[in-house]
Amino acid sequence: MKDRFNLYRFASPATFYPLAGKAIPWFIAASVLFGLAGLYLGMLVAPTDFQQGEGYRIIFIHVPASWLSMFIYLIMAFWAAIGLAFNTRLSGMMAQALAPTGALMAFLSLWTGALWGKPMWGTWWVWDARLTSELILLFLYIGYMALTAAIDDPRRADKAGGLLLLVGVVNVPIIYFSVKWWNTLHQGSSVNLTKSSMATTMLYGMLLMALCFWMYTIAVALMRARTIMLERERHTDWVKAELEEPAR
Amino acid sequence: MKTRHKKLALIGGALAILGIIAALVLNALNSNIALYISPTDVAAGKAPVGKPFRIGGLVKEDSVAREADGVTIRFVVTDTAKDITVNYKGILPDLFKEGKGVVAQGKMTEAGTFSASEVLAKHDENYMPPEAAKAVDDAQKAANKHVSPSSLSQPKASY
Repeated sequence: MKDRFNLYRFASPATFYPLAGKAIPWFIAASVLFGLAGLYLGMLVAPTDFQQGEGYRIIFIHVPASWLSMFIYLIMAFWAAIGLAFNTRLSGMMAQALAPTGALMAFLSLWTGALWGKPMWGTWWVWDARLTSELILLFLYIGYMALTAAIDDPRRADKAGGLLLLVGVVNVPIIYFSVKWWNTLHQGSSVNLTKSSMATTMLYGMLLMALCFWMYTIAVALMRARTIMLERERHTDWVKAELEEPAR
Repeated sequence: MKTRHKKLALIGGALAILGIIAALVLNALNSNIALYISPTDVAAGKAPVGKPFRIGGLVKEDSVAREADGVTIRFVVTDTAKDITVNYKGILPDLFKEGKGVVAQGKMTEAGTFSASEVLAKHDENYMPPEAAKAVDDAQKAANKHVSPSSLSQPKASY
């Protein structure tokens, strides 16, 4: 048993901490590279749009931020389910590490959407199903952060927060399918797994920007997770050893 | 069954029940969630009486006209089945165009027209360069020419 490869080993903060530390620079580098390529394609190569002119280019921020805002929530809900079922230490830390970035993405999605909506639709905001459910997502992120911050015992905070995450997960399919299910001002999705109604260079620019946002999210979430680990495990031997070591 | 598997099943079951509840609630709220109703819905009497509401559809081709006062705009919103004439005094969004989507908020007048206080443009999910849009447009026009029976009597386009 001792010699067998064990996946649970990586769920231990003592193993995860140095591994994450080594991985972070790579994710940052990948984020920068994807971002430069995406911005180059999106801002310089991709053609103007037939109905929105140059204004559509905010899509290269808006869509990746919106995708990530939904996807990060799903990942957090996944960690919450694992944490509640298996009582693992790492899962709560990961959920908490992802939350601020998720909130940032939801905010970016709403903000760029408002900036885009005014010139194209004629309004900053309208209470349609897509916009309203995305706003609820932002509130769920903020609510999760407030709830976990309000409970002193981290394990209990993780449990309460995890429950909120799992209850809120029904909102994600509502956001995604809202434009299909109801009459909304927001148009239907341009891209899904099987079809795209965008010109090829526009699409590739957007996908590269999405990769850039993904890599950024992973990098900052790992940084935050490392800080949370040190804070929560400050009384353990591995943290003491880690902090006594000269700076690497 | 181990405790953790029991817990996992419990979480899965709770999520499924939550999903069903959400689906039922949303289904019950259906008409309240919709941002706008179509001219067909208005014709069927589904519009709220004495209360402002939104209609949505396409701006009918060749229907946009300015009233004599120079500021009131009149156009027809259609869902291809039913039409509603809309009067609106104000600034139109840039993407407001004949044949494109529109959402208007306002009230029905006694004359059976819709008096709008706000007009918003609803664009579609297609993004392409103008040349590609023109090519698609031309191809559609050409296809219509070939399939429509009325084109048989028309002289052949010379190209």
